[in-house]
Amino acid sequence: MSSLSIQHLLGLQNVPKEDITLILDSTDSFLEILDRPIKKVPTLQGKTVVNLFFENSTRTRISFELAERRLSADVVNFAAASSSVKKGETLLDTARNIEAMKVDIVVMRHSAAGAGHFLSERCTSKFINAGDGAHEHPTQALLDMCTIRQKHGTLEGLNVSIIGDIAHSRVARSNIYGLLSMGANVAVCGPPSMIPYDLEQLGVRVFSDVDAALDFSDVINVLRIQLERDAGADFPSLREYHNAFGVTRRRLDKLGREITVLHPGPINRGVEIESEVADGPYSVILPQVTNGVAIRMAVLYLIGTRAE
Amino acid sequence: MASFVFKNAHIVDPVTGLDAVKDVHVIDEHIENIGENISASGAEEIDLGGAHVVPGLCDMHVHFREPGFEHKEDIRSGAASAAAGGFTAAACMPNTDPVIDTASVVSFIYDKARGLAVDVYPIAAITKGRKGEAIAPMVELREAGAVGFSDDGSPVYNTKILRTALEYGSMFNVPIIQHAEDPHLFTGGAMNESIVSTELGLPPISRLSEDAVVMRDIMFTEYVNGRYHLAHMSTSGSAEAVRGAKARGLNVTSEVAPHHFSLTDEEVRSYDTNVKMNPPLRRMEDVIAMKEALKDGTADAIATDHAPHAGFEKEVEFTYAPFGIIGLETAVGLSITELLLENWLTLPQLIEKLSTNPRRILGLPEIRIEAGAKANLSFLDIARQWTVDVNTFKSKSRNSPYNGRTLTGKALGIYNNGQLILER
Ligand SMILES: [Zn+2]
Repeated sequence: MSSLSIQHLLGLQNVPKEDITLILDSTDSFLEILDRPIKKVPTLQGKTVVNLFFENSTRTRISFELAERRLSADVVNFAAASSSVKKGETLLDTARNIEAMKVDIVVMRHSAAGAGHFLSERCTSKFINAGDGAHEHPTQALLDMCTIRQKHGTLEGLNVSIIGDIAHSRVARSNIYGLLSMGANVAVCGPPSMIPYDLEQLGVRVFSDVDAALDFSDVINVLRIQLERDAGADFPSLREYHNAFGVTRRRLDKLGREITVLHPGPINRGVEIESEVADGPYSVILPQVTNGVAIRMAVLYLIGTRAE
Repeated sequence: MASFVFKNAHIVDPVTGLDAVKDVHVIDEHIENIGENISASGAEEIDLGGAHVVPGLCDMHVHFREPGFEHKEDIRSGAASAAAGGFTAAACMPNTDPVIDTASVVSFIYDKARGLAVDVYPIAAITKGRKGEAIAPMVELREAGAVGFSDDGSPVYNTKILRTALEYGSMFNVPIIQHAEDPHLFTGGAMNESIVSTELGLPPISRLSEDAVVMRDIMFTEYVNGRYHLAHMSTSGSAEAVRGAKARGLNVTSEVAPHHFSLTDEEVRSYDTNVKMNPPLRRMEDVIAMKEALKDGTADAIATDHAPHAGFEKEVEFTYAPFGIIGLETAVGLSITELLLENWLTLPQLIEKLSTNPRRILGLPEIRIEAGAKANLSFLDIARQWTVDVNTFKSKSRNSPYNGRTLTGKALGIYNNGQLILER
């Protein structure tokens, strides 16, 4: 097996197609391990992984932790309430402590964009970004791409729409970068107040009409709407959002063809997506979760065993 | 008694129009004589070898952090930084603790600066505590020696307070200096809104935040016939608004910081917190608009917005880092490199932006390089190539994005208040 050109996985922007392909290809063999009665291999035996979560995320953390344990790594979990890390000393102090503890891989979730860059420049460990502010969430995008590839056989030439609050979404950014690198046609859809400035310059189409976006798409990736932002500055109400942008059975039926539905979870049923769609025949939401563990095993393996 | 003869001094004085290589004899606080081959007994001779001698530069926008934040900078270290950067005067902003909103704090600043080679002039707050809620005692502050009024760091957003401030300011002929920012558009922002903020996922600050406030302020300035100065102008939109106001004959002036005519928001891709400032670095077309504004007089002054922060304060995630960079010791080099050598400004025009105009805006005495005048001089080597090394700075802080950058043109020092500070 060849090796990655990247040393850390901080995001998918500027990550070469060959690296993404290698991760996706490797995932297949890790998926096979997950189907075995004994789901454990000694690949990362003797390596120490720290899960550094400055922001709550039970799902992502469990997915990483399972992946680490199945590769036989020693795992340390560090969770900090985000309020206590508003003071930057904590992050730098944490970096110095990581340095002192001689860990091999750091998996980090943080509320500030670029936090992974910040630490990776100050530590010798390998870094895997598990979500940094509104910047990137590369393993989520990789598992999304893996799931799409399982269903369609390829990403090349597929029409993929990301629907929801694009401006604040790290999942959207990582998906855009990764999908474009892999040759997909990418669109986004949402109210203009939730589309970040000049996004078209990245080479994506922008829809504010969800039916037009569905019409364009082979695959849709429906983003979670932050419930706490209801009636905030960017949209008037959840009810109105659902009526204007919600992915409903009725809308999909109108298309008269199959469309693959992804959602990074957790789902707000009846807001961005109807239950009938989330649980429907075209939904790959549960396979996404399974693939998440395999993708993270692949990333940990490829980053963790990469020769300097 | 201080007595020096500066030999082979290339004098450029935009006020008198003098542009010639002469000798300058200074005694204490005055210019004794300017001429050829001056020799004076008891005077120390310093051969400048053709380096430029210009009217003392004045930075009308600095943060000296005293009182309250002396670990970042204090008046003494700020003045030393100014002198090293070729400035004989600096006007310091009132976002101190306590805020400069009473006569006693104005007096405190003057007391701290007494005896220094660099003249330090306090700018007082427009509102009590810079809270934007109630007007500060402007008459008392002016009588105590405030040379301007500003809530810098925060905008004066309340329109009634803006109107009152402009009306009061018109009594004393001092500027109301606005930090133009619409708080509703600014909330949580970390960098300019652009394709770069979109890619990096950093909370954006749109140009509208500046433009909207500038346009509104100009309307108020016209209505009450006030005197308005726009601090750290950074967008093509606000430059256009100021240009229009000047064309209508309004008493509106503006300043540009060197980072806004030398860097774009592409720098933020590094996540280096030394490129986090407010207003943020903008697009290339804004950078060019700043150079054009300086060239056609829309921008009257170059001011650094010297904003020191301690290393530990900047060594954090970009989102959480404080805004601001230091600027006193790189301003001359950046101005010469970016404006003079690129033919946006002639040397006399550059001196106007760095000395004559800021002094005129703040109502400070005009400097003339002629016998009998106060000796208030800056020494510049406009051809010197040098590499910025923050570790050599006189400022207490090191937060400069220019570390390691090679510039052409360097300040050598100053002569002011009978004191010579010169790199030899
Ligand atoms: Zn300022």
